[in-house]
Amino acid sequence: MTFENGLGPRPSLPTAVDYGVYHSPEVFAAEQREVFRGRTWSYLGLEAEIPDPGDFRATHVGETPVVLVRGLDGKVNAWVNRCAHKGATVCRSLRGNQADGAFVCVYHQWAYDAEGTLVGVPFRRGLKGVGGYGKDFDPANHSLEKLRVEAYKGMVFGTFSSEVEPLEEFLGPVMRKYIDRVFQRPVKVLGYARQHMAGNWKLYSENSRDSYHGALLHLFYPTFGIYRQSQDSAGELAEQGFHNVFTVAKPKGDIDYGSFGNEANREMQGAVQLQDESLLQFRPEIDDDIGLHIQSLFPSVVLQQIQNTLATRQIVTHGVDQTELIWTYFGYADDDEEMTRHRLRNLNLVGPSGLISMEDGEAVELCQQGTVGAQGKYNFIEMGGDDVRGYYAPMGMDENAVRGFWKGYLELMGNALATSSKEVVA
Amino acid sequence: MIPVDPVLQGQVDSLNAAYGLSLDDGRLEEWPDFFVDDCLYQVIARENVDNGLPAAVMYCDSKGMLVDRVVALRRANVFPEHFSRHLISRAMITGVNGETVTAQANYAVLQTRNDGETRIYNAGKYIDRLIVEEGAMKLVSRTCVYDTHRIATLLATPI
Repeated sequence: MTFENGLGPRPSLPTAVDYGVYHSPEVFAAEQREVFRGRTWSYLGLEAEIPDPGDFRATHVGETPVVLVRGLDGKVNAWVNRCAHKGATVCRSLRGNQADGAFVCVYHQWAYDAEGTLVGVPFRRGLKGVGGYGKDFDPANHSLEKLRVEAYKGMVFGTFSSEVEPLEEFLGPVMRKYIDRVFQRPVKVLGYARQHMAGNWKLYSENSRDSYHGALLHLFYPTFGIYRQSQDSAGELAEQGFHNVFTVAKPKGDIDYGSFGNEANREMQGAVQLQDESLLQFRPEIDDDIGLHIQSLFPSVVLQQIQNTLATRQIVTHGVDQTELIWTYFGYADDDEEMTRHRLRNLNLVGPSGLISMEDGEAVELCQQGTVGAQGKYNFIEMGGDDVRGYYAPMGMDENAVRGFWKGYLELMGNALATSSKEVVA
Repeated sequence: MIPVDPVLQGQVDSLNAAYGLSLDDGRLEEWPDFFVDDCLYQVIARENVDNGLPAAVMYCDSKGMLVDRVVALRRANVFPEHFSRHLISRAMITGVNGETVTAQANYAVLQTRNDGETRIYNAGKYIDRLIVEEGAMKLVSRTCVYDTHRIATLLATPI
């Protein structure tokens, strides 16, 4: 039995979500409306990516193409990359600098300023009394669709909602505290990696909040005898449930390889030696006890510090089963050449080729493939309980933050996920 | 264009052909042996290179790191089962300085997964520095600059 929105008859819960949510075009459309264009703040980029007036960067909110621009006055703006005339893409580059701060649509040369306000229309009055727009044409009514933009510690967010609380409130004190630690001093961008997964964006959002899979899917550490489950760790959630941060303390002393071998079901072949341990080296550089920090900010970004890798991972939803993950790697502005090289070595651990992370892309696709035609069937998310707690420690044996994601998501989606009363003839 | 020694041209092209075939045949353990011990291998997006940004998806600055990559692929990493197929152009020798040769070649890596469809997985060019060591041409550095900046799922097998 399937309903009009591609879901089964039983409502989803944070512990049991209908697999149809990964496949239904109706749900995807509702998410664009309720989540991405709804009462949330979406990550747009780093201020460090657009340091100078006129600098711009193409970005997205959900599936919607957006451009992030620093105006000539230094203010950061964002607008939908869709000409108010015919809907054409206005800005056609991934990034660059528009020295005069103006963006001109190539199709009919409608010109916009950095804020997205229409400032020029060719032949607006026609030519020699012929053509042109009527007297009542007001350019002010034909600007690009502008987003509300706010930044926190150099992370820029945008929203279509006039109702959502200010960014700092949306993030909440716990999330802000951890953003503060990464952005403790000015950063510089080291580059990008873009990864395209044939899977639904929520599968990746769950993955980044799933502490249970860490040491089971990603076998690099145990393979090389550097399993670290015994370290101090914790998961903390924001009030809404959908933002989460995992932290693991810096390694202290003994590793616990033996207990892992007893529990894991995949065959462990015993530790082999790394030939070159420099890629694992960790140089503490933030004045606290944390060696790993993975922070998922709903709906569209993960902020991380793993060893000395610093990165944002932006989630772009191109389609119900088309998700792009844009890694923006950065270091601190005062890094010397040696420190940059060290970060580049550490970067082997993360990203699309990451020795400890590449599996995530595969996990997303496996779940997408495995749930085809499974609407009305439900996943099972009860590791470590069936509730959503603000704090869970140690983390690794629980799915608390995954339940937190669904709790916040289901609240936002509200009636959009409610099963229609009209049954589709199966 | 510099005058090209046909023997040198042949050596570089032969190295590239053997390099591609060893990866495509799944003989990953042979891959580090194409490099000298103190080597640099990186796979980096063209968009980063063009913007002067150094971040690479793979950055191995010792032969040991190459070996570690292979061991990790064999024993730890999980990725879609696939075949790779390297198509590598004739190299252009860009410089000869004593023992050191610099060269560039275009490549396309096709990938076939279990669904059977062959896709253009990664296209780009090799920027190489080579030397002759113990009678054999070896890579001192290989930078794979890829145009395909949308990596399909993940990038596990070296390019």
